[in-house]
Amino acid sequence: MSKPVAGAVVGLFDDPHELLKAGEAALKRGYKNLDAYMPYPVHGINEAIGIKRSWIPWATLVAGITGGSLAFLFMSWTSAVDWPLNVGGKPFISWPAFVPITFECTVLFAGLTTMFALWGACRLPRHRPKILDLRLTDDRFALVVPISGTGSEEERFLKETGALEVQRV
Amino acid sequence: MSADTTTRAPLIPARITMTDVTADVLRPIERPGRLWYLGLFVSLAALAFGVWAVTVQQMKGVGVWGLRNPVMWAFDITNFVFWIGIGHAGTLISAILFLLRQRWRTSINRSAEAMTIFAVMTAGLFPLIHLGRTWYAYWLFPYPNERLLWVNFRSPLLWDVFAVSTYFTISLVFWYQGLVPDLATVRDRAKSKIKKLLYGIFSLGWTGSARDWNHYEKAYLLLAALSTPLVLSVHSIVSFDFAVSILPGWHTTIFPPYFVAGAIFSGFAMVMTLLVVLRRVFKLEEYIGMHHLEMMNKIILVTSWMVGYAYMVEAFTAWYSENPFERFTFWNRAFGPMAWCYWIMVLCNFVIPQIFWFGWARRHIATMFVVSIFVNIGMWFERFTIIVTSLYRDFLPASWENYMPTIYEIGMTVGSFGFFMTFFFLFARFLPSLSLAEVKGVLVNPSGKASQKPAEVVHV
Repeated sequence: MSKPVAGAVVGLFDDPHELLKAGEAALKRGYKNLDAYMPYPVHGINEAIGIKRSWIPWATLVAGITGGSLAFLFMSWTSAVDWPLNVGGKPFISWPAFVPITFECTVLFAGLTTMFALWGACRLPRHRPKILDLRLTDDRFALVVPISGTGSEEERFLKETGALEVQRV
Repeated sequence: MSADTTTRAPLIPARITMTDVTADVLRPIERPGRLWYLGLFVSLAALAFGVWAVTVQQMKGVGVWGLRNPVMWAFDITNFVFWIGIGHAGTLISAILFLLRQRWRTSINRSAEAMTIFAVMTAGLFPLIHLGRTWYAYWLFPYPNERLLWVNFRSPLLWDVFAVSTYFTISLVFWYQGLVPDLATVRDRAKSKIKKLLYGIFSLGWTGSARDWNHYEKAYLLLAALSTPLVLSVHSIVSFDFAVSILPGWHTTIFPPYFVAGAIFSGFAMVMTLLVVLRRVFKLEEYIGMHHLEMMNKIILVTSWMVGYAYMVEAFTAWYSENPFERFTFWNRAFGPMAWCYWIMVLCNFVIPQIFWFGWARRHIATMFVVSIFVNIGMWFERFTIIVTSLYRDFLPASWENYMPTIYEIGMTVGSFGFFMTFFFLFARFLPSLSLAEVKGVLVNPSGKASQKPAEVVHV
């Protein structure tokens, strides 16, 4: 869900610490919609460039509750309503016996929903991903600063922070 | 956790940079060695033996097996329980150690998770084969049908259907999500068009944006948190297949923890067997270092005591119950005509792993490899002992009979190893066998600029 690079300046770094410093400096200068590209999640980047907490846990919670409830209701319905069968005088809704499947369905729904929520949040799968630089999945980091004016100010800023390469996209 | 990287020796040698990680881990993908072809060939041969055995069994029926009343469960269910157990260590390493912030897991979690997937796939075959009429396997699921009947939700065998299929699905999701960023790395380094296309599709167009990583890390954490109780539930439910029945030797409350501990024990041994070979063949000794192996050997020692404790409790319970059938079953298991299985189990699972009390043994490659093989054998015999020696002397002495497997059961078992290893070799050849993104996260000096202080960034 990276903010579109319709007009932005990209600075490449080869060290996570420099990326963090540059990100903090950019946020302090008031640049909006910053983004970074990293081969692995560098901790502290969310605070450095101002990314909000992910909403995915809420989707997981709702899906888990839904999955567990549906499973329990379905088992109760088949055992007590649709075809009540007396097994050894046990109650039709013998809930302790329903616990394992209720649990499994909770996990199944929650897990699959987590995956699809992630895909939705990141707009995956992408048909033609915009790859700024092939090394960004290997050993380079990028800070993306959207352009507000002519762009020369942002370029100058990134060069000052010590970016190895600065390009416009 | 920053203390871990500053006060102790680093998990991975400090001179290794991000560039090295990518190149070293992806070398087997970009250029496979000759040993790989040999391994794949042997696995395929074993698989062919299994395919033949199962084909004959499917055409003629389960009568070709050595099953005679009262032993109606033997190799097939043994293999099922064994392989499900193998899978558990993968989830333990990837999920539980992740939640516990054990950062040494980063070097081994990918191959352990792959092992989980393939072990669960292998395990899943056995209930299907065991059905005899495998083409009716869909009857196991509750679907509206012309017979107007529902499956029995009170049966542990049905709980198993849900547990195993959920476990497989969630493990696959967890493993695949972990792979996506690494597949993007392979895609960005690929030279040929076909590789670019295939890795491009499977990497889902991942670009590594910080906003994506933010969601990704949260999702990964949630999947770990979901997998943790799941893995404990799966083998507990497998043990209910036995414990919920009223058979002496099966009907015992220690079974769920006993099975879970055994699963972790056998799974770690299998990870050890695979990793010792993998790190050598793919030259990953610097990533899967002695520290990692030693940690795993310590877990093997701890879980060996857990299963050893379970063996003792079994004996104690039999005596303390004052139930003549319970006492007979235990006595017969340990000293009856099939006592040799019991003693193989005790020797391999409880006696031999004690060598890991010695530091040199935990750090000696050949020793740990041999011990891990023994544990694999011992854990297979544990499942076999639990199943067969509880059955073959039942309540009616007239029906007592010793169990002997036929060539079809042996073929099926050998084939299951072939099935598992074939997938594992394909995995090692076509997918990054270490998690690139996670290993890069624990490097002391990711860019190779020696002046950097690691602790301020590399904290979890």
